Amino acid sequence: MKLKKGIPVIDQGDKLGFWGGKFGGNFVPETLKKPIEDLEILFNKLKKDKKFINERDKYFKNWIGSPTRFIKLENLTEHVGGAQIWSKVVSDANGGAHKIYNATVHCLLAKRAGKKIICGDTGAGYAGKMLSMAAKKFDLKCKIFMGAKDIKRQQPNVKAMKKNGAEVIPVYSGSQTLVDAVSECMRYWVANCDKVAMCVGSTVGPAIFVRICGWSTSQISRELKVQLVDEFGSIPKKLKLYNCVGGGSSSFGFWNEFMDYDKKQCEFIGVEAGGPAKSKKHAAPLTYGSKIGILHGAAQYVNQNTDGQIEETESISAGLDYPGISPLHCFLKDTKRARYTAASDEEALNAYKLVTKFEKLKPSLEPSHAFSVAIKESKKLSKDTIVIVNSCGDAYKDRGIIEKRLGKKYV
Amino acid sequence: MLIKIEGLLKRDWVKNMSNLISHAFKKAKSENRPALLTYTVAGDNSKKQSLEILKSISKKVDILEIGVPHNTPVADGSQIQTSSYRAIKNGIKVNDIFKIVKDFKKFDKNKPIILMGYYNMIFQYGENKFLKKCKISGVNGLIVVDLPWPENKKFASKCKKKSIFFIQLLSPTTTKNRLKKIIKDSHEMIYFISMLSTTGGKLKVTSKEILSNYDKIKKINSKKNVVVGFGITEKTIKSLKKADGLVVGSAICREITNSLKKRQNPVTNVYNVVNRLKNKIK
Repeated sequence: MKLKKGIPVIDQGDKLGFWGGKFGGNFVPETLKKPIEDLEILFNKLKKDKKFINERDKYFKNWIGSPTRFIKLENLTEHVGGAQIWSKVVSDANGGAHKIYNATVHCLLAKRAGKKIICGDTGAGYAGKMLSMAAKKFDLKCKIFMGAKDIKRQQPNVKAMKKNGAEVIPVYSGSQTLVDAVSECMRYWVANCDKVAMCVGSTVGPAIFVRICGWSTSQISRELKVQLVDEFGSIPKKLKLYNCVGGGSSSFGFWNEFMDYDKKQCEFIGVEAGGPAKSKKHAAPLTYGSKIGILHGAAQYVNQNTDGQIEETESISAGLDYPGISPLHCFLKDTKRARYTAASDEEALNAYKLVTKFEKLKPSLEPSHAFSVAIKESKKLSKDTIVIVNSCGDAYKDRGIIEKRLGKKYV
Repeated sequence: MLIKIEGLLKRDWVKNMSNLISHAFKKAKSENRPALLTYTVAGDNSKKQSLEILKSISKKVDILEIGVPHNTPVADGSQIQTSSYRAIKNGIKVNDIFKIVKDFKKFDKNKPIILMGYYNMIFQYGENKFLKKCKISGVNGLIVVDLPWPENKKFASKCKKKSIFFIQLLSPTTTKNRLKKIIKDSHEMIYFISMLSTTGGKLKVTSKEILSNYDKIKKINSKKNVVVGFGITEKTIKSLKKADGLVVGSAICREITNSLKKRQNPVTNVYNVVNRLKNKIK
């Protein structure tokens, strides 16, 4: 299995949509074959269309607010005493997280396809919140599927979705989290694909959704590349990019433009959710060697039992609480372009404490996982190493959990 | 000479065994009615009970579809989901399902059985091992909901080699060009999904529309046995009588759920539903 240079990773799949011959694909009911093909044709055409790109960039700039900041975390760097720790503050984006890029692109595509309704899944509530914002902006009706357990633990985002006029549909099946929300959203699309567009909230699902999402979030690394040259004159010789990985949309977008650099110069580190320290359950299929299986239309490493039943996950962070992982990340793991590890709930909380103590930055629980590993590894790295953590979400949505676990003063 | 005749007989016997499904359609046609296919989830509400249900409805049904329960079923509505989760909770494993089929075949060796499920279950078991087990236990056909054409080409030909029908699915969204190609690659039975819906959805199109789509398929190849499924209940079954076969699934799963709620015997209640369905298409 080999990563090709000079070709975007999203376009390195084969005819049937498999990366590396085995990750991804289209394991979907017959009914979805046609709408998926329609979307493929539309996307392949529009991604080469200058007018469409200009339109996208206009909304990215004026509405989402690009570029998001690239800042040095001076105090944290001094405290840790190793590599320079920087952050790409993607949570600056309109709505407070990277999910806005994918949501915006899906709404633009839905408009072009003449659809009036868009449906989507959400875990932490960010994908849903952003889709509801974009749907409102582009005058589309919006339906969001969300696990009942997640609705309880991510109330601020639920309120935001409803305020934007979206219908939030609670999902009571299975573990009542993201995995069930995605299933239910796909079922809804199966039954309504003639009138409704679907937005998958991460780089997961049938191959076309993986590609659209990766294409959209790549805005993060496009901006970062320019910002690095502005700051250092060129791309630094020792660069390490840390990102949390749930489905894998923010990390893929954070890395994409640096894909062709040698990994000795530019290393990618993906941090999965290890779950509570005392629990056997986790949401880290890459770190803990899960087997390849099929989930939500794509072949990927996924937590499952020997029979092939998908296993329940556990994580303090709803956005990472997913048993599978993007086929893109499976591909990056097996080609050894990226390295994957996990942080536990407790480690993420400690990192949150440390970051908020030293900096004016409140990363949500998802990027706190990445901060945990970045801080740990930075200690041993040289001062000329540039460590960058994608702070892809804001902790506002987590204040209930943080207050409960760490006390009021951390909110 | 004797050896030759024996050989012919043996070949004929093998052919008959492998064509239990085709035979079932022929029999229904000779009685001037569509074949009745039922879908129940293996292990719902227990391994033993699901076998009892199969045994009790067997006389009324032409082909038995047995669901291999999966916990992330993206094409199933709430009734089949409930049955599947119940079966999984009660501990059903893939090997238990083969055992149920085998035990059933001891009871009625000529009733065709189709396993229906999601690809991950087959993938984890191993395609070859799965087919071998199918063969040993007496499975006659397979429906894999999330392995569409052309992705299923390789697996479908493996099935054919083992004389197991791989049943292609067609839907109202299938384009004409695609219809032709899938029908060309299909084995003797095809499953037409009546409408845009997950299983168990309320019939939101008229039976006239369904039958017009059905005719389009038959026009391409009239020899294939085409069954219609999704949204078929006691209320709707009669209006689709013209089809080669009709599948009822969610209505039966719902009956099991209701029986358990009312603390009644699901075996008798399911038999009654199936009996009524059969009477409507006689």
